[in-house]
Amino acid sequence: MENIEKQLNDLKSQVDALGQKIPGSKLSMIVFSGDLDKALASFIIATGAIAMGLEAVMFFTFWGTPILREKKKKVGGKDIMSKMFGFMLPKGASKVKLSKMNMGGMGTAMMKSLMKKKNVASLEEMIDMAGELGVKIYVCEMSMDLMGFKREEMIDYPGIEFCGVAKFLEEANGSKIQMFI
Amino acid sequence: MSDEINVDKVMDLKGLPCPMPVVKVSKGIKDVEVGQVIQAISTDPGSLTDFPAWARTSGNEILKTEQNDEEFVFYIKRTA
Repeated sequence: MENIEKQLNDLKSQVDALGQKIPGSKLSMIVFSGDLDKALASFIIATGAIAMGLEAVMFFTFWGTPILREKKKKVGGKDIMSKMFGFMLPKGASKVKLSKMNMGGMGTAMMKSLMKKKNVASLEEMIDMAGELGVKIYVCEMSMDLMGFKREEMIDYPGIEFCGVAKFLEEANGSKIQMFI
Repeated sequence: MSDEINVDKVMDLKGLPCPMPVVKVSKGIKDVEVGQVIQAISTDPGSLTDFPAWARTSGNEILKTEQNDEEFVFYIKRTA
């Protein structure tokens, strides 16, 4: 009798341990690219995931980081390199360009007017929608530091957090779907 | 008609492209009780595959799909 009880308890703890290893209904996405088309796709997939009843987590790193800059925010006290990066990289979602057919900004402007005409949500609208739906956003601390971005110049996205690779891997490990965009 | 479906909420999604029809319906369905029915009207042809996929994943049920001209009408029962 005692033996059976012990075996049962052993089994229970094994099942518990297994349960922790089963990936959850979650989508983890790395947004590496800073292109308008790819950023749009990322947010469409993330908001779609929430609609499907999944959790959605986005990690912004490298060229993806400037997408989350707030156009209106200004921060001082940057060194020359940081100022240069700040100047060269798009200041927020409204300044992001297409990966193809940009043609000095003409292509992007054309695409934006076409999107408006066809009722397709803009990148800014998609970010707002993602926040409303509860898409979780993490930003790579190292990219921020490298490009000289400060936390104070990022958008006021609900629950935005700054992290490193371990946080992404923890989330990815527990996700059924992982993407790198 | 004998197979008339009782609709508890109507959602007009006309003119909205992907991903809005599915995003809006997933929000809107929370406004009705489990067992109640939403009528969703979309003009996005992608909805024809997207709504069933959404329903299967989110655990809701599509009772009927109608197609009139350019419109797609879905009767969705909240089961989750």
